[in-house]
Amino acid sequence: MIKSTIIVIGNGMVGYKFCEKLVTKSAGFNIIVFGEEPRQAYDRVHLSEYFNGKSADDLSMSSREWYDEHDITLHLGDPVQEINRTNKTVHSFKGLTIKYDYLVMATGSSAFVPDIPGIEKDGVFVYRTIEDLELIKAYATTAKTGAVMGGGLLGLEAAKALMDLGIEDTHVIEFAPRLMPRQIDSAGSAMLQSKLKELGLSVHLNKSTSYIGGTHKADALHFNDESTLPIDMLVISAGIRPRDELAKLAGLQVGTRGGIMVNDKMQTSDETIFAIGECALYEGMIYGLVAPGYEMAEIVVSQLTGGSKLFYSYDMSTKLKLIGVDVASFGDAFITEPDCRTIVFEDTHKGIYKRINITTDGKYLLGGILIGDADAYNMLLQTVNNKLVLPPNPEDLILGSRGGAESEGAGVMNLPDDALICSCEAVDKAMICSSVTDLGITSVDGMKKCTKAGTGCGGCIPLVKDLIAGTMKANGQYVKNVLCEHFDYSRQELFDLVKINELKNYDLVLDHFGKGDGCEICKPAVASILSSLWNDVIVKQDTIQDSNDRFLANIQKGGTYSVVPRIPGGEITPDKLIVLGQVAKQYGLYTKITGGQRIDLFGAHLNDLPAIWEELIDAGFESGHAYGKALRTVKSCVGSTWCRFGLHDSVSFAIEIEDRYKGIRAPHKLKGGVSGCIRECAEAKSKDFGIIATEKGWNLYVCGNGGSKPQHAELFAADIDKETLVKYLDRFLMFYIKTAEPLSRTATWLNKMDGGLSYLKNVVINDSLGICDHLEEEMQLLINTYHCEWKEVVENPELRKRFTHFVNAPEEKDPTIKFEPMREQIKAQW
Amino acid sequence: MVTTDTAKYMETITVNWVLACRVNDIPQNGGACVKLGDEQIAVFNFSRRGEWFATQNLCPHKQQMVLSRGMIGSTGDNCEPKVACPFHKNTFSLLSGQCLTNEELSIKTYAVRVEDGKVFIAL
Repeated sequence: MIKSTIIVIGNGMVGYKFCEKLVTKSAGFNIIVFGEEPRQAYDRVHLSEYFNGKSADDLSMSSREWYDEHDITLHLGDPVQEINRTNKTVHSFKGLTIKYDYLVMATGSSAFVPDIPGIEKDGVFVYRTIEDLELIKAYATTAKTGAVMGGGLLGLEAAKALMDLGIEDTHVIEFAPRLMPRQIDSAGSAMLQSKLKELGLSVHLNKSTSYIGGTHKADALHFNDESTLPIDMLVISAGIRPRDELAKLAGLQVGTRGGIMVNDKMQTSDETIFAIGECALYEGMIYGLVAPGYEMAEIVVSQLTGGSKLFYSYDMSTKLKLIGVDVASFGDAFITEPDCRTIVFEDTHKGIYKRINITTDGKYLLGGILIGDADAYNMLLQTVNNKLVLPPNPEDLILGSRGGAESEGAGVMNLPDDALICSCEAVDKAMICSSVTDLGITSVDGMKKCTKAGTGCGGCIPLVKDLIAGTMKANGQYVKNVLCEHFDYSRQELFDLVKINELKNYDLVLDHFGKGDGCEICKPAVASILSSLWNDVIVKQDTIQDSNDRFLANIQKGGTYSVVPRIPGGEITPDKLIVLGQVAKQYGLYTKITGGQRIDLFGAHLNDLPAIWEELIDAGFESGHAYGKALRTVKSCVGSTWCRFGLHDSVSFAIEIEDRYKGIRAPHKLKGGVSGCIRECAEAKSKDFGIIATEKGWNLYVCGNGGSKPQHAELFAADIDKETLVKYLDRFLMFYIKTAEPLSRTATWLNKMDGGLSYLKNVVINDSLGICDHLEEEMQLLINTYHCEWKEVVENPELRKRFTHFVNAPEEKDPTIKFEPMREQIKAQW
Repeated sequence: MVTTDTAKYMETITVNWVLACRVNDIPQNGGACVKLGDEQIAVFNFSRRGEWFATQNLCPHKQQMVLSRGMIGSTGDNCEPKVACPFHKNTFSLLSGQCLTNEELSIKTYAVRVEDGKVFIAL
């Protein structure tokens, strides 16, 4: 059989998706793709992540090999220049002439550049391709002030990108009286604007630019109202323009304002030529989102393979995080009374605005807008799309059910089977649930591989997670995280068992609840449990500790150790600094300032540790627990005592907090931070708990971390006083210590928690489990039993003896350790 | 022909038992390092099993003199005794010296005898 030839013009997201869908459906086509850009289709939706360290490869949707494997001929950097409809051929820039049976135009769109005088000047960019981003990135190194023309979705993305590039002063200019005019209403825009202002983005509305000033380089925007804004660079994001020039040239019908006209089969005025994605005009509308583009690709595949799927107007609901602010718009967001009833919830303090539109009889949800908190988006969208009957108090949808104990995951299981969960990949609830039940898929990653759900914009992932968990629960499956081969219990179970049975050493725990002789996984895990419960075992049971805890120092290259004394809040006297210098000199140690505002002394021989610590303790230092899964530091900015911006005394508070929790053992290390104002110099939001001063008190953030998977801490309680904050922190930390899996930081712990942050708030703030008194008591016990482990060792000759390299030659140090000089200090040789 | 008995006999006459340290020098269910000539040997007191083991102190993975500071334990249905290197948690059988996490690595093991509170190692 001779295969029909399909030529795809354009290798963007939609063009690629078309190829992917077609090859899975049928092998009966000879596919040839022409792309203008030099690289294969990449994820344009997440383009701004290019500035967050994602590479072009990370954004790429497939590999060259993928095209080879599927026998797709790919011509990159070679745009089609002419279509000859009579001979049914295309002619490319590089001179290829190829005959087609069907043509699919996925030429996408280009940035719309308004005709403003000065637009050609240096320093004016569009925001569309990776090449554009590279140009912006290069230019931004010399720019201090940047502006984005256009306050729509893409414009705000571009503004975020400028901020990520370190532009100190970023502005957004919008012609309309509100931001994101296609998605949100004026009240929502006002809320978003004030939120963005807080984050350092200036927004100018109702501004029409008359010309761009500057001789060669753009240096100012001049507006119709006579005002000006000095700038170093400008990014245009004033909308998109469908790429229809090729179609026009070929005599295909195009819209008066651009776009290749298509019918509900995606056919253009020539029935062998299809158009999909942002270049296609369907019923007077250009669909500038990826999900409808994918749907169009699906329609063409269906048409070509004997199906009969047709395109209907598409749901344009969106949810995104703009510069850290949730924004969502769904269903009919703009319908107003008397055609509906509108319920609005506004919290100007937290920057939350929610609006839902319901039918006048109160039965159905029509649409709405969410700013600042869009957790409910997925469920609300499902409620609209599946015409679910509303509860008697529809305001609960945006306020959360108050007093009810219903868990957040419960709602998703009530959705009908055909509820569309992933609109990018057209995956419905039944497909996800049956993958769990029939194929045993139990992770989001597995689900992505199996159904592709969540691989597009990623917005449905929380819903997919809930469905997986809900289905597993419904099937009576229970996934148990056992500690290791020696214990058939999770850490949390073992924690309770050890506590109830008052077991105080590892061997007893193993005898009672384990089997075998233990290992390097369960020993430190049980050691952590014992420490968190009884707080006296680190030194007593040294051989169940990781090497660091066993020798109360951090093992480093070459087998030497580093010494980190506690410097609470990062505050240190000159005298103590001198002592650190003297000790380092005396024992030949390398010194470095740590990320947690302390001083690390490297290169100590095991034998020298007790003597080093004796001198440090004499000078008033204590163990810094840098070696333990314990509280490390509470970082602070200098706060109101010196800083002209500081609202409260962040240093004193940091010291108080660090002293309170020092020495406490946890499933993983714990870090804190206290900032004296919104500028957040202590980087508190990257810590397990962060405290930031506000005009009215303190904001508490929880569950952030740096490391390999950075995550910002989330706002837990706002404008609370010190006492309340410490109370919440006691409960929060103890709840974490009791329930987290071994070696899981607070962020991971929260990410895995059923019900997430709102559940955690309920437990800690509202005492929904009735355990807060207990948590506080348990924490108080740990605080009361604090002791410096190093002091204990230094004062006890028996314990000091452990710190030898050769037990049969205690005076001798490890002769294999060698150092070499580097920048007037030493480094380990190995 | 060499019978099993003769093999045993031959072993005992070639072994050189060297006094390494005192029993109290090695922590219970843990290890410590002894120096015998120029060699560093890790000695483990697996008191939970009433057994003693000795291996080279050098972890072959990154050439670090640290195995004596590792945690000991067991694995599998046969409770194979093992030690975990504190650096990167490679584990080694205390019986065969075979690395259980990276088959390309192995360490030397030594026979241990305990008498009158003294620990001897067969070199």
